[in-house]
Amino acid sequence: MLSVLTDNWELFVDGFWTTLRLFVIAAVLSLALGTLLAGFRVSPVPAMRAIGTGYVNVVRNTPLTLVFAFLVFGAPKMQISLPTFFWSAVVALTLYTSAFVCEIVRSGINTISPGQAEAARSVGMTFIQVLGIVVLPQAFRAIVPPLTSVMIALLKNTTIAAGFSVAEAGAIPAVMAERGQNQMATLVWITIGFLILIIPLVFLQRWAERRTAVA
Amino acid sequence: MSAVLYDVPGPRAKARNRILNVVVIVGLLAVVGWVVYRLNESGQFAERRWIQFTYSSIQQELWGGLLNTLKAAGLAAVLALLFGAVFAAARISDHWWFRAPATFVVELFRAIPLLILMFFFYYGSLQFDLGLTPFWAVVFGLTLYNGSVLAEVFRAGIAAVPKGQREAAYATGLRKNQVVRLILLPQAITSMLPAIVSQLVVLLKDTALGFIITYAELLYVAKQMGGRLQYGFPYIPTYIVVAIIYIGLCSLLSVVARYLEGRSRRQRRTRGTPPPSAAEAATSVEAPL
Repeated sequence: MLSVLTDNWELFVDGFWTTLRLFVIAAVLSLALGTLLAGFRVSPVPAMRAIGTGYVNVVRNTPLTLVFAFLVFGAPKMQISLPTFFWSAVVALTLYTSAFVCEIVRSGINTISPGQAEAARSVGMTFIQVLGIVVLPQAFRAIVPPLTSVMIALLKNTTIAAGFSVAEAGAIPAVMAERGQNQMATLVWITIGFLILIIPLVFLQRWAERRTAVA
Repeated sequence: MSAVLYDVPGPRAKARNRILNVVVIVGLLAVVGWVVYRLNESGQFAERRWIQFTYSSIQQELWGGLLNTLKAAGLAAVLALLFGAVFAAARISDHWWFRAPATFVVELFRAIPLLILMFFFYYGSLQFDLGLTPFWAVVFGLTLYNGSVLAEVFRAGIAAVPKGQREAAYATGLRKNQVVRLILLPQAITSMLPAIVSQLVVLLKDTALGFIITYAELLYVAKQMGGRLQYGFPYIPTYIVVAIIYIGLCSLLSVVARYLEGRSRRQRRTRGTPPPSAAEAATSVEAPL
């Protein structure tokens, strides 16, 4: 059981390192894009609202695997190709996760008491100032727990990249099958690896929940 | 809330918004135009790449993939609901030796990536010769993951029923089993329905993972069809067709969820007692995969 891990140590390290890189890059990008989309959805410009709503509705109803497949197999056919499969995976994860981030940020904006925005407006702030200086900072505090859930989902979703030639943790079983290793032991070790990555996030979520409950 | 973020526009703001509106629409058209141009430039609209969809054998192939998707999703949905019900019941049990293992199982299966769960059945079947086809790997994976999420949804729904209901029921001398069955569940189920249906949308979408473990569902069929040389590798046309099917199916379910949510909200208003929305509480329990 243990030898499966120690004999193939570099494979596990490489796999989880790629997973972690995928996760961090996609997390940062999707937080940015998701927040921007949420801004679109509450903006006074109808066309922006329509773009935000349309994006969220389409992407939330598309399987992530399809997004991956389109970027990896489809996009090169129209002469749009990303430098490596790794970056295709980053783009797919970002596009998909942003829709969920957007919905959460928007619901967070809705929880801020209207008086806050009204006060901000009454001192002469513009829409972008109201949103950026007053509403969003408060909203973010309230949405840390659901946002963490989305980030956990993103971390788990990185495994899908295994189906598209990215050598992250989800791709380890295929290599191990070639090496003729014990598959069950391999999968148990991968599970443990993911638990190690996810548990800190779960604690962050609990901690944030407690904090916002007090506030 | 969004209405209080900005003032009712005056003449100048109206003019500015109108200009912005036009700018955004032009920008959007530019992006769409660029994509269409790229598609056209690379010959994606060529008849050769689309003609196969007019053949009945190809249509049957797509239909078969869709049926496989629906078969896996349907069976997994039923099993996941059962799994969720059993584990939710165990999690609200008064006996810790019943509650603790159920909590452990639910938390564990929610933390393992769905694809890894499917791998367990897929590779496990190969290693121990269990004779599980990829179909069963997909179904069992979906059941364990979505069942665990649903167990949390059920539990949150029951917990969100106002405390007075429970206390009143105990006061009339009902036993715990009766309180849950007669008082809490009927109220919880109404408020949970939207969350349950949204979870089923997630389940339906996740069948597409079967593609990776060679289950011949819709996306797998699409990959096969896209790779055909005689039609000039029509990857993009097939993915467009398949995307429309997936988005249509999931949107249908989402519409049902929204309808149920609206209905339960209306009922609440007429009854005049606003219990906290369990649906909202429950959807925040787990992010969709």
